[in-house]
Amino acid sequence: MLTILFWVFSVLMLASAAAVVLFRNPVNSAMSLVLSFLALAALFVTLDAYFIGIIQVLVYAGAVMVLFLFIIMLLDLKAEARRKLNIAALAGGLGVLGGFVVLIVQVIKSLPTGADQFPALARTGYSDAYDVGMTLFGNFNLPFQIIGVLLLVATVGVVLLSRRSLR
Amino acid sequence: MPTLGDYLLVSGLLFSIGLAGVLLRRNLLVIFMGLELMLNAANLSLVAFARHGVTAFGFPDYNAQVLVFFIITVAAAEVAVGLAIIVALYRLRQTTHVEDLDRLKF
Amino acid sequence: MDPQLYPWIILFAPLVAAAFILFVLPRHNVAAGAVGIATVALTCFLSWKVFLDPSLAVTAQINWIEVPGVFAVPIGIILDNLSRVMLVVVTTIATLVFIYSAGYMRGDEGIPRYYASLSLFLFSMLGIVLADNFVMMFIFWELVGVSSYLLIGHYFRKDSAADAAKQAFTVNRVGDFGFMLGILMLWLATGSIMFAGIEENLSALTLHPGYLTAACLLVFCGTIGKSAQMPLHVWLPNSMEGPTPVSSLLHAATMVAAGVYMLARIFPILLAAPDVVREVIMWIGAVTCFAAGLMAIQQDDIKRILAYSTISQLGYMVVGIGVGATGDVAMFHLFTHAFFKCLLFLCAGSVIIALHHEQDIWKMGGLLTRMPVTALCMLAGGLALAGVPFFSGSFSKDNIIEWAWLNNRTGFWITAGAVLLTALYTFRLLMVVFLGKPRADHAAHAKESPLVMTLPLVILAIPAVIAGYPWFISHFFDIPYAEAPAIAHKIVLGFLAAGAVLAALLYLRGPAKDPVRIPLFANRLYIDNFYNWLVARVQGGLAVLGSWFDRWIIDGLIVTGSARTVWATGYVLRLLQLGNLQAYAFFFGAGVLLVLYFLVFR
Repeated sequence: MLTILFWVFSVLMLASAAAVVLFRNPVNSAMSLVLSFLALAALFVTLDAYFIGIIQVLVYAGAVMVLFLFIIMLLDLKAEARRKLNIAALAGGLGVLGGFVVLIVQVIKSLPTGADQFPALARTGYSDAYDVGMTLFGNFNLPFQIIGVLLLVATVGVVLLSRRSLR
Repeated sequence: MPTLGDYLLVSGLLFSIGLAGVLLRRNLLVIFMGLELMLNAANLSLVAFARHGVTAFGFPDYNAQVLVFFIITVAAAEVAVGLAIIVALYRLRQTTHVEDLDRLKF
Repeated sequence: MDPQLYPWIILFAPLVAAAFILFVLPRHNVAAGAVGIATVALTCFLSWKVFLDPSLAVTAQINWIEVPGVFAVPIGIILDNLSRVMLVVVTTIATLVFIYSAGYMRGDEGIPRYYASLSLFLFSMLGIVLADNFVMMFIFWELVGVSSYLLIGHYFRKDSAADAAKQAFTVNRVGDFGFMLGILMLWLATGSIMFAGIEENLSALTLHPGYLTAACLLVFCGTIGKSAQMPLHVWLPNSMEGPTPVSSLLHAATMVAAGVYMLARIFPILLAAPDVVREVIMWIGAVTCFAAGLMAIQQDDIKRILAYSTISQLGYMVVGIGVGATGDVAMFHLFTHAFFKCLLFLCAGSVIIALHHEQDIWKMGGLLTRMPVTALCMLAGGLALAGVPFFSGSFSKDNIIEWAWLNNRTGFWITAGAVLLTALYTFRLLMVVFLGKPRADHAAHAKESPLVMTLPLVILAIPAVIAGYPWFISHFFDIPYAEAPAIAHKIVLGFLAAGAVLAALLYLRGPAKDPVRIPLFANRLYIDNFYNWLVARVQGGLAVLGSWFDRWIIDGLIVTGSARTVWATGYVLRLLQLGNLQAYAFFFGAGVLLVLYFLVFR
């Protein structure tokens, strides 16, 4: 059962990701990206990471993509017109890409623990928000606070950058 | 049952697709989306490893999940600032086409 | 005062005097002269005390440079018979010259500078005399060269004087290069630079005759330079540009004799070397002796005649080193020569001053009646120089010639033939300058020089006469007399008489100008011209080479080249700045790919 779910959602995720790259219209790309994020959240759930899965939906699909769409609407971007293909650039990019894929596949294949099944958990189907929260506020309290400061700085920065005249 | 290797493979392919978006698309926003795909691929790897590295008590390794939490947060902040920059750039140059932004050319 | 200190005072007092005159008295003519004369008199007095006390041996040394276990250059003093006698000779003649200079240099604009340089010279010369190791001797050797440069160039406003000073120093340097190589070879082989140390280790060296020959001949190069042997003799006649007292002290009596003194000092090493070393030394001395005589018989400047005469007599001394049983054979002639040559130069100076700086002998004449003291003293010196019997020169010179008969017959004939030349130019000089009628106005109105100048002349005339007699010289040296057959002595006398007669025939009647004109000798065998051409050639060649190197390689290749290379690299690297974001991403991705590949798969 789990295997089928894994494969379904993986294919869905990869296909939507490919669609992001291939669509001409930026709005279409953004919608595909949302679909990809949702599939990814499903994959997180298959990995028994329920809290992270929900956070993925809430933050990424919910906030970040909404922001993306806001900006696309604001800038009123049209679909990309077909431009002359730069063969050299295309070849270079595809070359790097191909190399990357080969490399990753090789590395993963040579990983000794790659063929391991996941170990059994003490409890399954149980929400792990409590446990993640304990780890977060316990071991990682300082980074948590710093993240808060980071968000504050980002907010201030965005406000500054969006002023009509950058002074 | 899918193995760790399967999850890592999927994550790697997602990363490559994101990389393709960054290298081959010419719209700034789509490049940015490719960037987000890459970040998510990393998150997937981390969660897979968290599930794989089960502790003695029978719980997944929550340290990796906390890291994923942080990555999501930072990615969100980065998107906000990045899009603000794109908006400012659009106001200045009236384009989001990456080939038109070549003022730093020699 | 502890007698042990005497040699140190003798050595360093002139240096202190020189510094004192330079820093405290640079504008006080009389005071500078007084300080100089007082100092040299003190050194003379102490030298005689040291000489008369044969038991005095100095045990102190200053460790000047010392690398423990490896290398040490001490400033040490050696007081054997050789250095004692030389001390006495140098300081006595120096005292007389210093006093004479007070009269000769009157009215000169650089008197303090003159006395300071003379004191520096005295310090350097005494350093050579007292040195107990090669390096110390070499240091003072060079210092003597510096003092000579300063003194020859005393009239530095005259171009010829400045050039002569430079030539003296440079030509000496050529000889000193060989000298240094020889010292290094001996040090390398024996591990010691002390004269005593080298002599102790000679037995090891004699096993390598070729090496020892080379080392000795290289050391002899120093003598060729300093004692003006052929082919490095060219600087000595030009050094006559200096004041006459300088010519007498440095370039007749003491400095040029330093080369011979050094050979006498290392005589045991020369004896241990293969015979060819002393043969070469003899040949160079003999050739110098004869050739200089040839050049002297046609010179017209009174000082130049004496300069070539000095070169010729130095040749005799070098021959003495080559054929004598001990170094004292040559030292005997050095001893007598110092006195009579100094006397001759000082007399010449007296004549020059009386004739208001006239030096051409063909503008002199009839000075016998006008300057009797000078004339008689010069006669005494001239007779000693020619080797007339009963005068000092004959004893020492004949001894050398007879040793030559015993050891090298060809050398005998050359040196004996030079006797004829010596007589010829000496009597030519005396007759033209003092006899006959005055040839110019100044000569007609000449007056005898003041007492401060004539007194040293008279004092010097005494040893010029008596210094050769055995009852005198035995106090100084233990001379090995050559047991040559009487025929040798008769041949020498024959040549002497022939020379005198020839001179009388040509010059006794007081001709107005020289009846004989041999351009080859008058132009000094064209050796000077050859050197000028050679230097110009070599200089010119090196200059062209240097200019080419500077312009093309240093300026073009290295300076401009490095600038251009940097510029070109920058130009190429600039092409990477495309401004295209995706190009940067591509480079970045490719780089990451490579790094990962090398990290994971290698």
